[in-house]
Amino acid sequence: MGLFRYTTKTYARELLMLALAAVWWIPFYFLVVVSLKSDQEVFTESASALPRDVAWDNYSSAWEGSSTMSLATAMKNSLIITGGSVLALVAIGSITAYTLARHRGRLGTALYLTFVLGLIVPFQLGLIPTYVVLRHLHLSTSYLGMILLYTGLLMPLAVFLFTGFVRTLPRDYEDAAYIDGASRMLTFTRVVFPLLRPISATVAVLSSVLIWNDFFLQLVFLSGSPQQTVVVSIYSFVGEYASNWNLIFATVILSITPILFFYVFAQRQLIRGFTGGIKT
Amino acid sequence: VIEYELNPSRDIPRRRRRVRMPGVPLLWAVPGFVLAVLVHFVAVGAGAWYAFTDWNGISASANWVGLDNFREILESEVARGALWHTLELTAVYVILVNAAGLFLALALNRTLRSRNFLRALFFAPVVLSSLATAYVWRYLFEFNGPLNQFLGAVGLESWQRPWLGDPSFALWAVVVVFVWQYAGLAMCFYLAGLQSIPEEVDEAAAIDGASLWLRVRAVTVPLLAPAMTISIAYTTIQGFRIFDTVVGLTNGGPGSATETLTTQLFNQGFAASRFGYGAAFALVLALLISIVSITQIMLLRAREARV
Repeated sequence: MGLFRYTTKTYARELLMLALAAVWWIPFYFLVVVSLKSDQEVFTESASALPRDVAWDNYSSAWEGSSTMSLATAMKNSLIITGGSVLALVAIGSITAYTLARHRGRLGTALYLTFVLGLIVPFQLGLIPTYVVLRHLHLSTSYLGMILLYTGLLMPLAVFLFTGFVRTLPRDYEDAAYIDGASRMLTFTRVVFPLLRPISATVAVLSSVLIWNDFFLQLVFLSGSPQQTVVVSIYSFVGEYASNWNLIFATVILSITPILFFYVFAQRQLIRGFTGGIKT
Repeated sequence: VIEYELNPSRDIPRRRRRVRMPGVPLLWAVPGFVLAVLVHFVAVGAGAWYAFTDWNGISASANWVGLDNFREILESEVARGALWHTLELTAVYVILVNAAGLFLALALNRTLRSRNFLRALFFAPVVLSSLATAYVWRYLFEFNGPLNQFLGAVGLESWQRPWLGDPSFALWAVVVVFVWQYAGLAMCFYLAGLQSIPEEVDEAAAIDGASLWLRVRAVTVPLLAPAMTISIAYTTIQGFRIFDTVVGLTNGGPGSATETLTTQLFNQGFAASRFGYGAAFALVLALLISIVSITQIMLLRAREARV
């Protein structure tokens, strides 16, 4: 251990990395500063200057949104679609993974491998048929359609993460519950599912971020509809307010707040999800 | 009697303690299985079929046109450009983002007191919407924006240019933003790899007098190979799939200087309702992604077999 002491050289390295991080965060400085500038200041003042009069009303204008939809409504849409999909992913993903992990025979393995293959198959190719089918079923601009789509899309990832975890769980708890007279379903919901909490959190946090931020699907399916989400709203907002950067940035800040909140409180699950979910 | 109550297990017959719950029915896996198969296999298979048709989304039936859509991709200058930009952008992105990620991981692996804080700072952009991120950078790159103002302030007026409006720079501006956003993710892949290297190995090399650089080259990097395979494969696929960042920064412009396979897929397939032609772009994209995935799996397998 003695070789890795904290020396003056380490101290210099620490300062260097802190300086690099500060440079890395410059875009966030402009994001916040510009969002608080009045219309004139954005164009007349030097870009890096702090706002002279803090223009909080940018945020209320941003909250009102564009002429077609308020940001509040878009937030509600994003919340419903993200929340619904995440609930479905955790509920269906956990029971599917549990079932597969307890079936180590040929059929169970084959089903599991199908999910793993689903992780690799590039979904871009399925986009057009999915759009056609959902439009045909009149689900293309509905919450239900989007929730089903995201649930199916992220199911392989959820099953992969859950199965890895279930395999480390000893069966003794299940057997004990069974001896005590619990049915198999009750054993799952009351005994197994609570034990899955760490991985459920990882799946929930990771899929929340992926779905909240996803742009392509929401642009294709929801653009211009009353179910339009936050990301699509920013897109149309920029189209409408071309270079009103103060309003655009206030909108951006409002739209990333829920995710930043997540990031601060569930950072570990997030990083574990991002790096673990990809290791195939 | 007292002993029985204190020590119940002793009197329970061995057989009873090994009672097993009967297996759960496979039926429980059906809903999840059906959803995943519909999206990942049925839809994808149908998409591959559309790529060989002329369907426009309105007509009742799609006509089989063989390889016409792919011929059109090769003949159209914009489409060829999109394919080329995707490859070019991905290659440069993968090199830069992995170099940055590896550097950050090595710098923040041990010793620094603020390492957890610094990791969190560098990872933060990963969780943001890439569209929103792209808008922030679009402002930084504006002609009167912060970047050019900074260049003017330090006497580099000759470097000032409309970054996103200049066809020879726009694609590289996209790469810069993409690297900025995902270097923290590459960092995490490499950190995960570094954490699997026992500290003793590194220490042993140090005791034997190996310099820091030699230790990085001879100990760390070879042991990082699996993490590197994963990171390179993941970032390559990311590069192929880039969409939000391009839309937010340049929307394919100036002219068609930053069109990619995904922007063409969207513009042709959805905006212009040429489903068949759009699906052909998707098929090209899917083939590229599949090649990377299969190579990754083979590399990891081969290495596992050797170890």
